[in-house]
Amino acid sequence: MILSLLSDVPPLTPLGGDPTLEDFGKDPWWIVLIKVLAVFVFLVVMTLFTIWYERRVVARMQVRPGPNRHGPFGLLQSLADGLKLAFKEDIMPLKADKIVFFIAPVISTVCAFTAFAIIPFGPMVSMFGVKTPMQLTDIPVAVLLVLACSGMGIYGIVLGGWASGSTYPLLGGLRSSAQLISYEVAMGLSFVAVFMTAGTMSTSGIVAAQAHGGEAFGWLPTPGWFALLLLPSFVIYSISAVGETNRAPFDLPEAESELVGGFHTEYSSLKFALFFLAEYINMVTVSALCTTLFLGGWRAPAPITTVWAGANSGWWPLLWFTIKVLLLLFVFVWLRGTLPRLRYDQFMRFGWKVLIPVNLVWILALAGLKVAQKSSYSTTDKLMFVGVPLAVIILLALFWPAKAEEEPKTVQEQVAERPEGSFPLPPMDLQVPVSPRAKRLTAERETVPASTEKEV
Amino acid sequence: MTLATEVLAAAGQVGTGEKVVFFILAPLAVVGALGMVIARNAVHSALWLVLTMLSLGVFYIVQTGPFIGMVQIIVYTGAIMMLFLFVLMLVGRDASDSVIETLRGQKVAAIILGVGLAGLLGFGVYEATRGIVPVGLEGANAAGNVQGIAKLLFTKYVWVFEVTSALLITAAVGAMLLAHRERAAGERVGQVAMMKDRFRPGNYPGPKPGPGVFANSTSVATPAKLPDGTPAERSISPILPTRELTAAEIANKPTEGK
Repeated sequence: MILSLLSDVPPLTPLGGDPTLEDFGKDPWWIVLIKVLAVFVFLVVMTLFTIWYERRVVARMQVRPGPNRHGPFGLLQSLADGLKLAFKEDIMPLKADKIVFFIAPVISTVCAFTAFAIIPFGPMVSMFGVKTPMQLTDIPVAVLLVLACSGMGIYGIVLGGWASGSTYPLLGGLRSSAQLISYEVAMGLSFVAVFMTAGTMSTSGIVAAQAHGGEAFGWLPTPGWFALLLLPSFVIYSISAVGETNRAPFDLPEAESELVGGFHTEYSSLKFALFFLAEYINMVTVSALCTTLFLGGWRAPAPITTVWAGANSGWWPLLWFTIKVLLLLFVFVWLRGTLPRLRYDQFMRFGWKVLIPVNLVWILALAGLKVAQKSSYSTTDKLMFVGVPLAVIILLALFWPAKAEEEPKTVQEQVAERPEGSFPLPPMDLQVPVSPRAKRLTAERETVPASTEKEV
Repeated sequence: MTLATEVLAAAGQVGTGEKVVFFILAPLAVVGALGMVIARNAVHSALWLVLTMLSLGVFYIVQTGPFIGMVQIIVYTGAIMMLFLFVLMLVGRDASDSVIETLRGQKVAAIILGVGLAGLLGFGVYEATRGIVPVGLEGANAAGNVQGIAKLLFTKYVWVFEVTSALLITAAVGAMLLAHRERAAGERVGQVAMMKDRFRPGNYPGPKPGPGVFANSTSVATPAKLPDGTPAERSISPILPTRELTAAEIANKPTEGK
């Protein structure tokens, strides 16, 4: 019945071409099944890999080896950990709300998996003789689906915290709901510039829109990637993505030093594993979405395509996509290894008073630019419209009366100001002697021959 | 969602997939609505309402209104219900509704008024939509669903939209004013002031010694010993009952002084 109704639709996009919305929803059921399974396996493998990757990278940053026992380079460590976790005793707290306690991790995981359905992995490919886009599905509002899924995923965290029937999880759940809602606003606003530039909300359309650079005002060449073209949106998205996935330095819902384990303090065994899985899948999802929206999606960047023309055809785009996602995941780990956790009020102030207003001003400016570009004014007029307000802003910023800064006090003055009975200070001219033990260790290490280093 | 559904919907037919979705989700939506009214626990009540809202969102999507469906899920389920939950959780998990009527005849009046309101709304919608010839989805979604909504929102209904947003902003500002508490001068203590207070003369800025540090017992009720051997009373939590220490516990360890 469907086939007879679809007889007059335009033909499919050729192999290697950008899929359009018309190409979706035509796969036979077994292709759909293969794609669903592929996305599931991709996410689970990425989760296992990311845990190992994170531990190894953080270890490298802290000058220690990290997991290196199970499998080559310790690659099977997270698989072993996962299996062990599943066989642990499942504890149901006495004061827990049993049903909600059970469904909370399920909600988290289901939402995390669902969001990945609209991520494009590549162009049209031939799968067992069937021409199909390398993407599970696409809808006209695909990016909103990710927002909806992350919005529903919050329920898992909040309900998990509430249903545990204990104080720390409740506080963690409340913190995370406030955090995720605040940063989801900033995240959603950073999509707006992408939608305005690409003219579509479907992920395959956004990737296609970044394939070639454009021209502003008829002469100014612009880059294709929205990360360069819409830099403020990219920066804001990257920051809010870290907040949205509860990762350091924004990991306040599970701040170990304040809330024990945060919302999952009372969880154990498989239920905890599900929360863990959801967190890592969310990381992969926001990285994949960042790749799709800002970094050109599955397309290889220019140096590769100039050398090798066929880089963007066939199944190769899957590789470029995975590399981009892994690079973004590295940034997550890098942030975790570098930055301390923010204080809660600083964090919320940053979201509401910096990210959202900056985003709104940027969207307004971009919309003004687009209107000026589309209008029938001459190029000089358009430049006037852009240049005069810009010049006014720059002049205002330059000549804005600055606050008179106080002369900074010298250390001696600060010491003299201290009231009577203050905490004792070390002498100002204190010379810390070099530890004699450190010297000995260095000397000993130098005498060790290189051949015996492995035994140490 | 597929083109096939769109074609079917434009022809006024209902596809098999749409029927299946409807007959699964419609009962769920009704169950959610009933559960929301019947559930004793406020958080359970909110969760039932979430189920109903999600089902409605899926209905919109199935009827080729993907944008409104997603917005329903993001805004109502994701943000507004979450704020409801936020408040309900702060109220406390054991706060359940009481079944005792505080006003006589409250239940009967509530049922009559509820049915009356439903009838009034239904009649209003019926009157408003009577005689309107639907353009069909092909007409409404000609340039795409999102583009169609955007066009209507920013041309024909822009005035209504602006007035509604002004109303919403007024409500938000009003809520902020009501929740705002006037603070007396100097009542708010900043981080710098707190630190100055912490390091003022006479206040020990470091952490308190933990119980049992250098003590001869592992009990949390045993005070830590200061370097000069005197017990540090600050190391014991004030809620712990004071305990008589045995002579062996008070005595210095044999290792000390060697």
